[in-house]
Amino acid sequence: MKGQAYITGVGMSEVAVRQTRHPLLLTLDAVREALDEAGLTIGQIDGVSTYPGRMPAYLGFSPVGADELIDALGIRARWYAGGGEISSQLGAVVAAATAVRAGLARHVICFRTVYEAAAMARPDEYPPLRRDRVDGASQWTAPFGAISAANWTAQYAMRHVSKYGLTREQLAQVALTDRAHAALNPRALVREPLTMEQYLSARMISTPLCLYDCDRFTDASTVLIVSSGDALDEVRCTPVRIAAMAGSVERHSWDQAEWMACYPTGAELWKHTDYTPADVDTVQLYDGFAFYPITWLEALGFCGVGEGGRFIEGGKRIALDGELPLNTFGGQIGAGRLHGFGFAHESVVQLRGKGGERQIPGDPKVAVATSGGGPLATALLLARD
Amino acid sequence: MAAARPLPRLDNDNRFFWTGGADGRLRLLQCQDCRTFVHPPRPVCRNCLSERVEPTEVAGTGVVDTFTVNHQKFHPAMEVPYVIARVAIDGAPGVILTTNIVGCPVDSVVIGDRVRARFEQHDDVWLPLFEKIAA
Ligand SMILES: [Zn+2]
Repeated sequence: MKGQAYITGVGMSEVAVRQTRHPLLLTLDAVREALDEAGLTIGQIDGVSTYPGRMPAYLGFSPVGADELIDALGIRARWYAGGGEISSQLGAVVAAATAVRAGLARHVICFRTVYEAAAMARPDEYPPLRRDRVDGASQWTAPFGAISAANWTAQYAMRHVSKYGLTREQLAQVALTDRAHAALNPRALVREPLTMEQYLSARMISTPLCLYDCDRFTDASTVLIVSSGDALDEVRCTPVRIAAMAGSVERHSWDQAEWMACYPTGAELWKHTDYTPADVDTVQLYDGFAFYPITWLEALGFCGVGEGGRFIEGGKRIALDGELPLNTFGGQIGAGRLHGFGFAHESVVQLRGKGGERQIPGDPKVAVATSGGGPLATALLLARD
Repeated sequence: MAAARPLPRLDNDNRFFWTGGADGRLRLLQCQDCRTFVHPPRPVCRNCLSERVEPTEVAGTGVVDTFTVNHQKFHPAMEVPYVIARVAIDGAPGVILTTNIVGCPVDSVVIGDRVRARFEQHDDVWLPLFEKIAA
């Protein structure tokens, strides 16, 4: 359809920890796969979008920027963007979709490359973030040892425990589901399933979040090619339409905000489409911490606020053969910390019926992919027409 | 010597807050036109856009909005476990400080606990920590 944006190619590098392959080459691996799938050549790419751009102060978090990729691959970009001050990781896809809808580009490479495990192993080459004196938003949390997003997120989760009775057994269903699905994904970082017994005996990181509620540093690159509806005659794949997108925030703060940005974002998404939650065949929801999918389910209206724990209780509903399969590739907890892009990647895989052993049954046509937690939130509604 | 905990870099916006503990006072920016408290400190009121924002002393008490007990050694200077909490500050509607609840067992904190600021000096910074007010 004219005036619409589609995801045409998806690609991923090897997903592993302590990789030695150059992060630019991991990005290239993902680009090559995405181009091949879409049936495009690098010469047809005229846009690049990334999150959060190259971060010199913390290269492991983002070692490759849009500038660098454009130059390194000889891309003739008519439009590009890369930065962290956007609604979250998939905000880079929102930007790309907006650009192709406006006619600024035809085929945009969107990428997220992470190198945190490699950086930890090679600190001389990839120095860790210095924290001797902190400024900006960090100054309000780091001096109190609230250093990790695990701490900030845990406080929101604790409110769910206190106010809505979220139990460990309910929360466990995210990690258990992720790990069960990851076992069916040949590219997943962690392929051993997790039992409830293991989960309940895990050490706490920041209450109520335990070890298995947290994703872990991963080295990988994920690419999504966003194409204009005017350029679909150039691709040879099943395009997946970005049917709606949203990324909103009521107050941009981890601690001054009453509640997380997923809530206004989830509500905003449905204002841009005739689809409703009942039309959704699968949800791929950001799970940097296991609490997030619970909030996204509430925010997107699959259940009421505070009911997320009960919604996933027992895990049947969100299993591969359940009514609303969740994170069918394993999420970040199972498949690796691809940092937001994995959720859109997997949505496309499922909507094309290319999930292999983890393909959900039926003929899925509509998926929701999200990224972000705290004051960061982006939601994409993806549809195969 | 153990590494110091991460401390704020003082500047003209935040110095009044981080050094208020020198005389034992918790201060927050308040708009002199509409009385809204502005935190984090910025040279403009987020409610009415007035630039007449001034450090104002508050009672230094509050309520635990939510919390977590951190068990992971994220920083060499921070002995685990410790309680991280968001404290809603009395008399400053909408202002929440992330802090530590100290002086009590880590498993004794609950949402709704009443707490009072207790400053701890680190170099040129006075961190507002909080302790429970005995019921
Ligand atoms: Zn004002």
